[in-house]
Amino acid sequence: MKIYARQRHRVLQVITRLMVPFVLMFGLYVQFHGDYGPGGGFQAGVIFASAFILYGLIFGLQRTRRVLPPSVLRWLMALGVLIYAGTGVLTMLLGGNLLDYDVLAHDPLHGQHWGIFAVELGVGVTVTAVMVSLFYGFASKR
Amino acid sequence: MDQLPALQVMLPLVMAPLVVIVRHPKWSWALATITSFLACWVSWLLLQQVMDGSVIRYAIGGWEAPTGIEFYIDRANAGVALLVSGLSSLVLVYAYHSIQRTVDKSKHYLFYAGWLLCLTGLIGMVITGDAFNVFVFLEISSLSTYMLIAFGSDRRALVASYRYLVLGSVGASFILIGIGFLYAATGTLNMVDLAVRIPDSESPRAVLVAFSFLTVGLMIKAAVFPLHGWLLNAYHHAPIAVTAFLAGTATKVSLYILMRMFFSIFGDDYSFGLMLLNWVLLPAAIASFLIMSLVAIYQTDLRRMLAYSSVAQIGYILAGISLATQQGLTAAVVHMFNHGMVKATLFMSVGCILYRVGNTHIPSLDRLMSRMPFTVVAFIIAGLGLVGVPLTVGFVSKFTLISALLEQGWWPAAVMILVSSVMATAYIGRVIYLMLFREARGSTVTSHGYREVPILMLVPMYVLLALGLYFGIFGSQTLSLAEGAASTLLGGYQ
Repeated sequence: MKIYARQRHRVLQVITRLMVPFVLMFGLYVQFHGDYGPGGGFQAGVIFASAFILYGLIFGLQRTRRVLPPSVLRWLMALGVLIYAGTGVLTMLLGGNLLDYDVLAHDPLHGQHWGIFAVELGVGVTVTAVMVSLFYGFASKR
Repeated sequence: MDQLPALQVMLPLVMAPLVVIVRHPKWSWALATITSFLACWVSWLLLQQVMDGSVIRYAIGGWEAPTGIEFYIDRANAGVALLVSGLSSLVLVYAYHSIQRTVDKSKHYLFYAGWLLCLTGLIGMVITGDAFNVFVFLEISSLSTYMLIAFGSDRRALVASYRYLVLGSVGASFILIGIGFLYAATGTLNMVDLAVRIPDSESPRAVLVAFSFLTVGLMIKAAVFPLHGWLLNAYHHAPIAVTAFLAGTATKVSLYILMRMFFSIFGDDYSFGLMLLNWVLLPAAIASFLIMSLVAIYQTDLRRMLAYSSVAQIGYILAGISLATQQGLTAAVVHMFNHGMVKATLFMSVGCILYRVGNTHIPSLDRLMSRMPFTVVAFIIAGLGLVGVPLTVGFVSKFTLISALLEQGWWPAAVMILVSSVMATAYIGRVIYLMLFREARGSTVTSHGYREVPILMLVPMYVLLALGLYFGIFGSQTLSLAEGAASTLLGGYQ
């Protein structure tokens, strides 16, 4: 295993590498299992972002920025809001009220399911992007 | 057509992230402006629908109130939404050149995205029928406002923004605590339902606490006299387009929420009969317009002078509210519109001066008339409107307010309004005198080189000025709208 940053904090680096995939996985679980168990877009977004923040703390800002550049983050921030608002617009186009998920599928119950799914996805994407850019913002100041 | 209330909020909300994606300075400006005009059109259509006194209730997500969140549009708030979106549209057109000087080109898209979010928040606060939703939209508008103020040209803008952030957060938390206590006392957040349940709530003490917190919180957000500390620096150091927009809308929206809370939700029997709110509001109002007008006379910076004058004008609106009569509320609502138009015009003309002269230090405005005639004429006419000269909007609202005060027999307050009008004449007249007549002292001022500002700045300013004159001469139109709003507010929810 390749060790970076002047070979310091070897234990932390190894542990972080082991942890990051699990943190990401747990973030996805909280995101998509949110309709059945505790969770949801906000929590999932924070957990997902925490993986990047952990990586950034241990391996430095530059390497994290290569994984998730600020320009991509700006896109993601806007995209999340668009997913949420787009769901609302879609329900209006399909003849329902704003965010009336009943019209998204033939069966209102499925409609509600899809609606919450899409909306929470939007929340998750935006929260992840905002958390990571907050971290970048604070960490890049000397 | 049924979807108009949702479109009103969704248009700017969807366009804000699109502006972030577009990123091009010109295109983002164009997108923001078109969106704002569309929102203005939507609020015009909504106003047409409710003018006869009917009510539009729009259940978000198909969940009917009181279970779900609803938009509630009646005569009292459709006009305010039109004021907000209309001023935003005109000032956005104006902002195109005005912003070039203060905001770095690479950040223009952020500026316009923030503007759209602020518009979303302000309109949302106005048309929502859910108490907690008011707080959510308040936060949207406040956060984007902090950002917009921080775009100001020098570092003092950051301090001003931070100060507003601290005070604004205190105000917002007070409002949130108040809403929380209301929820604890009644178990509902829907405004119509709250109005029904508050009178027979089992815990009147919780209602009282909610009432107090809401009053103080909203007075901070509306910048009523002792709690106006954030406003002066914020208006002074923000980009001038932002100041013009905020001066016309932000405090007015808070005042609208204040009226909604006092009259529709708590009911005027509770607020003014039992809680004697007029003994809180009226002294604050009188202190506002007397002290702030006096301080405005001694300001040497045009923007700061107008900021003080804004607090004074809020005092007039508050005096109308504290009467809690049909006439008084009419005066308050009509002055909300009129002052919004006048102050936005004034700040736009000050922005033109800033654009060419580079500063707004009053002594450096000698004989500006010969160099920037259009800007100065707009400033003078709007300034006369602020003073309340007949044929301007200021006269309509001051006349209504004074007659409302006299109707209740509160003539000392009416006299004090006249005194503060004299002070307004002093601070506006002094600037007009400088601009028209005073010779430039020595060679300090470069008398050549100032030209009139670009046409894109002049046109929106003159449109607003013409609207102001129109409503000043045909005052009955805004008055009848305000009367409708006042009777809706006083009548409570049907």
